[in-house]
Amino acid sequence: MTPIITAVLVLSALSGILTLLLLVAEFFFANYGECSIDVNKGEKTFKVEGGASLLTSLASQKLFLPSGCGGRGSCGTCKCRIIEGGGPLLPTEVPYLNDEEKKTDVRLSCQVKVRGDIKIEVPEELLSIKEFETVIESITDFTHDIKGLRFKLPEGETIKFKAGQFANLFSNPYDDVKEETSRAYSISSAPSDNRALELVIRYVPNGMVTTYVFKHLKEGDKARLIGPFGEFFLRDSDREIVCIAGGSGLAPIRSIILDMIDRGISNRKATFFFGAVSQRDLYYVEEFKAIEKEHPWFRFVPALSKDDSDHPYEKGIITEVVARNYGDMKELEAYLCGSPGMIDACVKVLTGKGMSVDRVYYDKFS
Amino acid sequence: MDIQNVHPFIIFFAAITTNNILLTNFLGMCSFLAVSKDLKSSLGLGAAVIFVSTFTAPINWLVYHKLLVPYELEYLQYIAFIVVIAAFVQIIEMVIERVSTLLYLALGIFLPLITVNCAILGCALFLVIRQYTFMQSIAYGLGAGTGWALAIAALAGIRARMEKKSKVIPELEGAGIALVITGIIAMAFIGFSGIVRIN
Repeated sequence: MTPIITAVLVLSALSGILTLLLLVAEFFFANYGECSIDVNKGEKTFKVEGGASLLTSLASQKLFLPSGCGGRGSCGTCKCRIIEGGGPLLPTEVPYLNDEEKKTDVRLSCQVKVRGDIKIEVPEELLSIKEFETVIESITDFTHDIKGLRFKLPEGETIKFKAGQFANLFSNPYDDVKEETSRAYSISSAPSDNRALELVIRYVPNGMVTTYVFKHLKEGDKARLIGPFGEFFLRDSDREIVCIAGGSGLAPIRSIILDMIDRGISNRKATFFFGAVSQRDLYYVEEFKAIEKEHPWFRFVPALSKDDSDHPYEKGIITEVVARNYGDMKELEAYLCGSPGMIDACVKVLTGKGMSVDRVYYDKFS
Repeated sequence: MDIQNVHPFIIFFAAITTNNILLTNFLGMCSFLAVSKDLKSSLGLGAAVIFVSTFTAPINWLVYHKLLVPYELEYLQYIAFIVVIAAFVQIIEMVIERVSTLLYLALGIFLPLITVNCAILGCALFLVIRQYTFMQSIAYGLGAGTGWALAIAALAGIRARMEKKSKVIPELEGAGIALVITGIIAMAFIGFSGIVRIN
């Protein structure tokens, strides 16, 4: 009996000593203490526990840099400029940086570890990305598969976004879905309406978040949103605008048109082509018709692709309708929002009519 | 000559040449074959092996002679050595990450993989079998690691040249030809046997 006990004791003692050594080593070597992160020359300063990546440290302080791969260093979107305290450029970052970026100390924030005080510079608009604990003010059934949701921001908070951008809506665990998930939805309300957010959501069969929205969310429920994100917004120019959308793609276009009204932009003509299958897929028609009446620069053109009944709208698929309405489109600028198939087809028609491809802005819902 | 009286330097030298842990005992073959495709990563792995074997050899000597022998627990040596090596690699990883991020990234996955490198465990077992003293075990650890690194660098150099200049029959490509080359290098190392002869 004794030899067994000795063996167990000695081995436990050895493991114990080594564990202790590891703990000591961790205390001395993996402990970076409290570090400060200075954003945009003192505009914001955070105190964080050192040792984690810059990306996660910033996220813990609710500053969200865009990241597609979740910090594995494979998408190259979480770039930011590190003025001080970034350490040497790492081989894992090199493939994602061009010469200009290397010279100006642009780094991948997911690869840079916070080891001390650090000074960084991020695009101004990222500072307005925030997380909101909202309450659902209203849910409206627009069509058989599209709902409009209005989220009230917490007391005293506002959101600053560009018309056309989107926000991520989180679903809570429900039924068999054990984890919280998020999906991106375009904002349909105007930027001036900054105490609330409106999203237009189309039901996707078996979609994790849309199922949650359609089957579980009720007015008065709490919902978590992060935003705004995205590069789809109205560009400053004097060109005439053509907007084309299908289904829930109407959302960012509505926001853009409402924003133009708010900002008093009346020197640009804008035409909104909204493609739907039949009359039951149309929504917001009254509102756009009213805008059309009040603002001569705006025209609303709904088009139905499979509805031969008697109706006042254009007939045919949206690309044909757009093509019918324009001759040369060289001087125009286009904003498209909808399914990838629709957008690709529209881009073809627009460029075929002389529009330069870098004047076609779109948000693909995939 | 009694082994205890051999100068540590001779042990060190022998461990690189005549007692090369890879070329005479064929230990640590998996990573040797897998990582010898290019010189840069093989040097990285070689450096990591030198580092770990140099430090774990004397630690394992202490564990064996001061802990296991007094309690007559020699049969636990495998477990004890593996635990020591694993813990040591962990600590080294932390230190390197703190001191040099570039070295940490250069060693990359190799460092944690060394935990299961049989050359390191073999090194600890040999110093028990051959009854080295404490000083000799340091020399042996350093020598065994250096010998291993030298062998992998040699193979990587040859493989890199062959990639460019030689045509290998398809049946022998990759690990096949690498094993043939390893055999030839091992034979060449027999040429050292006239210099030192110890166990």
